[in-house]
Formats: sequence, structure tokens, C-alpha cells
Amino acid sequence: MDAIWQGLIKALQLIISLDPEVLEISGRSLRISVTSTLLASLICLPLASLVHFNNFPGKRVLVNLTQTFYSIPTVAVGLFVFVLFSRAGPLGGLNLLFTPTVMVIGQMLLITPVLLGLTISALSGVDRPIIDTARSLGATGFQTTLLVLKEARFAVTAAVIMGFGRAISEVGIALIVGGNIRGFTRVITSAISLETSKGDLELAIALGIILMFAALVVNILLNMQQQR
Amino acid sequence: MPLIETADLCQRYGENDILQNVNLKVEQGEVFALIGPTGAGKTSLLRLINLLDLPTSGEIYFDGTSIAGSARPTIELRRRMAFVLQKPVVFNMSVYDNIACGLKWRKENKGDIRGKVDGILEMVALSGYKDRQARTLSGGEMQMIAIARAIVSEPELLLMDEPTANLDPASAAKIEALITDTIHRYNTTIIMSTHDMFQGQRLADRVGVLLNGQIQQSGYWRQVFESPRNEGVATFVGVENIIDGLVASSQDKIVTITVDGSVIEAVSDSAVGVEVCACIRPEDITLAKSKTSSSARNSFAGRITRIVSFGALRRIELDCGFPLVALVTKRSAEEMELDKGKQVYASFKATGVHVISRQGNDPD
Repeated sequence: MDAIWQGLIKALQLIISLDPEVLEISGRSLRISVTSTLLASLICLPLASLVHFNNFPGKRVLVNLTQTFYSIPTVAVGLFVFVLFSRAGPLGGLNLLFTPTVMVIGQMLLITPVLLGLTISALSGVDRPIIDTARSLGATGFQTTLLVLKEARFAVTAAVIMGFGRAISEVGIALIVGGNIRGFTRVITSAISLETSKGDLELAIALGIILMFAALVVNILLNMQQQR
Repeated sequence: MPLIETADLCQRYGENDILQNVNLKVEQGEVFALIGPTGAGKTSLLRLINLLDLPTSGEIYFDGTSIAGSARPTIELRRRMAFVLQKPVVFNMSVYDNIACGLKWRKENKGDIRGKVDGILEMVALSGYKDRQARTLSGGEMQMIAIARAIVSEPELLLMDEPTANLDPASAAKIEALITDTIHRYNTTIIMSTHDMFQGQRLADRVGVLLNGQIQQSGYWRQVFESPRNEGVATFVGVENIIDGLVASSQDKIVTITVDGSVIEAVSDSAVGVEVCACIRPEDITLAKSKTSSSARNSFAGRITRIVSFGALRRIELDCGFPLVALVTKRSAEEMELDKGKQVYASFKATGVHVISRQGNDPD
């Protein structure tokens, strides 16, 4: 218990004193995860609409498979991306291993199933008459899709928040393909992992609290967007 | 050239025939009511016309162009019509944005959209609701918005599926007034479905009776109402007395029909020996306490088996050897002291009997 209290006090101290390293690590965490969530959303929202509005053989299998990948371990994705981008791997020539870029790619892969699956179920929640009405009023397929996404905006936002939550909280990818390089790829989760193994529990707890705080800020922003 | 014409339109869903050989013609500027009970296929037919579904077979011509045959109906065609669904549907946005949707999708300029939407809001008397969230409105108001949203794009063809079903009488009256207003203001061609035959009568030029996926009869309201082609139509348009009998004699278009030992006289072309239904509207039957002589060719003594009151009317069920239903006002029922078990005389004119041949029940 004492460690937690100490951590809490230290977290407050670090936040109030605007500790440069903490700010830097938190900023990087947010940057990487917001980027990966945005990019994954840009891919998943149209893709989910395509899947939802079209019938094709294997649709159910695809949806089931997507849902299975909700629970893929972050280290498994990290390993996969590592193999892909390691010097001997198929994308080794890009020299991206141990960079923030490859961390973004890894996080995108990680959260794509969640975003895709939850967006598909968000769209399924929109009543058929809404779609019929839109079409009957002269909406094109694209205009209908936009309307349905807008009708499902609460559930779609929830999907994005879920995706962001999984991205910012993961540590497997950050350690394996990011490498936890100080000042370059170190993010909050990999820093917590390191500080814990070094025995600096207070700093680790402080960073954990800051991570929660960062997530809270992002959620508030998204919710405000949703209320508009 | 009719604005809408269907040719042998069929819709099958699995094993079920939803629509069978529907042939329909609706002229430019006409208001056509599809009447029929729930499940008759009215919604399916409207959905086919609006190109929301593709028919199993058959053709639909819109303004002379075949539209159902093309695998991918063009958006331009659909933008010439609008469809108001039975369940009031509003999008989760403001009333203004709801009504503006169709115009925005047509990429009309903002100034025009504002003018049109404001005009329509005034027409439906909902100007004060402009910025309200449409989802917070009542069912009747939502349906108003749905109709306003459909007519704001000034469609050539307006389709409405039971626009007043599930609404309270006051809201339904408002919607009817709006439809009437639309007819007068825009001269829109309208096809609407309703299970309320009197609504069809109030709003439409012509009606088509859809029963079990088939158009059984179409024509002017009076024609369908007074001369139903078959038993199904007769039942649906409210002919409560449909009595099976056999034509016993025929002379100068006056036939006698034997019914369980009684004889009914009617005006008909039916030949002797033909099995027929004699259709008599309950409001065409006169009741008297004693046998009186009158010009009515038919008079039967009967005992009252049941009296049901609705509003200012009493529905009197009689047993005259065959069942007969008469409709009288509350006041005359009271004056005649009509009561269950009492004997009365029911009379009706030979011209008040509509005779349907039971062999020739085929629709057109």
C-alpha cells in the first residue's frame, strides 16, 4: 500500500513539476497511439462499411475471425512485426525496426480487428428502415454509408475508444519492435516495465497513473466530439 | 402514357408468393390507393416500385422506361420519386437537417435548400421545431417530418406506405390534411397503401384492392365499393351480408336467388342455375316492427340475435333463416325498442343487392 501512496504523491510531483522526461515519454505515447488509432480508423471505418453493406461468401467467417483477433496477445503482434521488419525479414530493407513508425504499424495491426469488428456491429445496430429511407430519398451508396456511420456515431466512437485504449496500453509491441530506446521509442508502458524491473516502483506507479490520466483526456475529447 | 405501369409483377420470398402477376397503371397526377388487409403485399409492391427490392419476375415501367429489369437501377430514377415508410423514420439529427437531407444529397445549393426547407416547415406547421432533435418528437410529428422530407424534393411520384397507421386519430387527421394539401399544391402522382378503405376513399382518385398478393379489382372508389368483383373484395369493402345462393329464375334482368328455402330478388345478368353470392350492405337494409308494403322487393321476418353499438349507430344481427346484418341509427333503434330476441321485418330493394357469380371470381 505504501508504494502506491508514494507512487501517487510522486506522480503528482512529476505532473506538477512538469518533469521533462515524463512529459517527453507521455507525449510520445500519446503521439504514437493517437496516430495508430487515427490511421486504423481511416482504414477500418470504410472497410467495416464495405463488409456490412455487401453480402459475399465467407462474410460470417470473416466476422468471426475478426472477433477472434480481439484477444491476440500484443507480444504475438510484436513478434510478427519484428519478423516482418527484421534485417532478414521481407520488409527489413525499410530499416524501420526500433523506430516509432514501426510501433505505429504494430499498434495498427493490433487494433484493426477490434475497430473493424466493433464498427461492423455498430453499423448492424442501425435499423433497416433508416437505410431504406435514405435510399428512397435519393442517397447514393456512399451517402447512405455516411448517414449510417453518423446514425451509429455513439457505437462507432466507442469502437475507436476501445481501439485507442488497446493501443496506448499495450507493451508487447513497444518492447519488441520499439526497443524501449530512451528519448526515441520509450513510451509509458515500456518505461513502467523497465522501472519495475529496476525496482523503482514509485516511478512505475507514477507513470501508470499518468497513463490513465492521458487515456482520460483522450476519452473526454472523443466524447465531446460525439456530443456535438 | 401512365407514369407507373407494372406488368405481371411477381415477388417470391422463399416458398411464399408475396405478389402474383400484379398489373397496375397509375396516370400522371393521379392519386391511387392500394387497399388491402395487413400482409396482402402492399408494402412489397411499393418497395418494388421504389426500386428498393428487385422483383422475381415482371416489369415496372416508370414514365415509359423499364426500371426493374436493369440490374442496377440508376440513382437518377430513384431521385424522381420518394417513399414514406409505414413506421415513422427520422434520422438522429435536427428537424431541419432531416428535411434537408434529400436536397443535400442532390447537391442543391445552400440558399435553395434553406428556402425550400423553411417553406415546407411552414406548410406542415412545424417551423418552431426547426432546431429540435427529430428523435424527441411524437410519432405523429415524426411522420409529418417524414412526409415533409419526402415532398421537399418535389418528387414526380410519391409513395406512402400506410402513412397514418399506428397514429392517434388527431395525428392521422393532420397527416391526411397534409396529403390533401400536397395533392393540391404539387399535383404529385401518389401511390399510397392503406388498410383503411375509407381513407382510400377520402384521399384517392382510384383504388386497387390487393388481397393475397393479387390486385383483385381496381377502379373508382364507388365502382369498387358498390360492385365488388368477388367475395374477397366484397368482404374487404365492408359488405357484411354475403349470402350464398342459386339463381332459380331470371326475367328482364330480375333474378330470384334461393337461399336456404328463402328467395331473394335482385337485379343481375346471372343465368339460371349459377351459384352466386348476394351482397347486401347493412346500411341498405330497412327494419320495421310489422310487415309493411313498400316498393322493396325483399322482405324477411327475422329474430334479433345480437345488437352491437358503435357511436351513433347500432349494428343489428338477425336470423331470417339466413344471417343478416342491418345498420340503424341509435335513435331509431330506441324508438323501435329493438332488443335481442324480438321479431322484426327486414326489407331491401332488388337494386340494393349486388350479385357476384361464384364461378367467375377471377380478377382481371
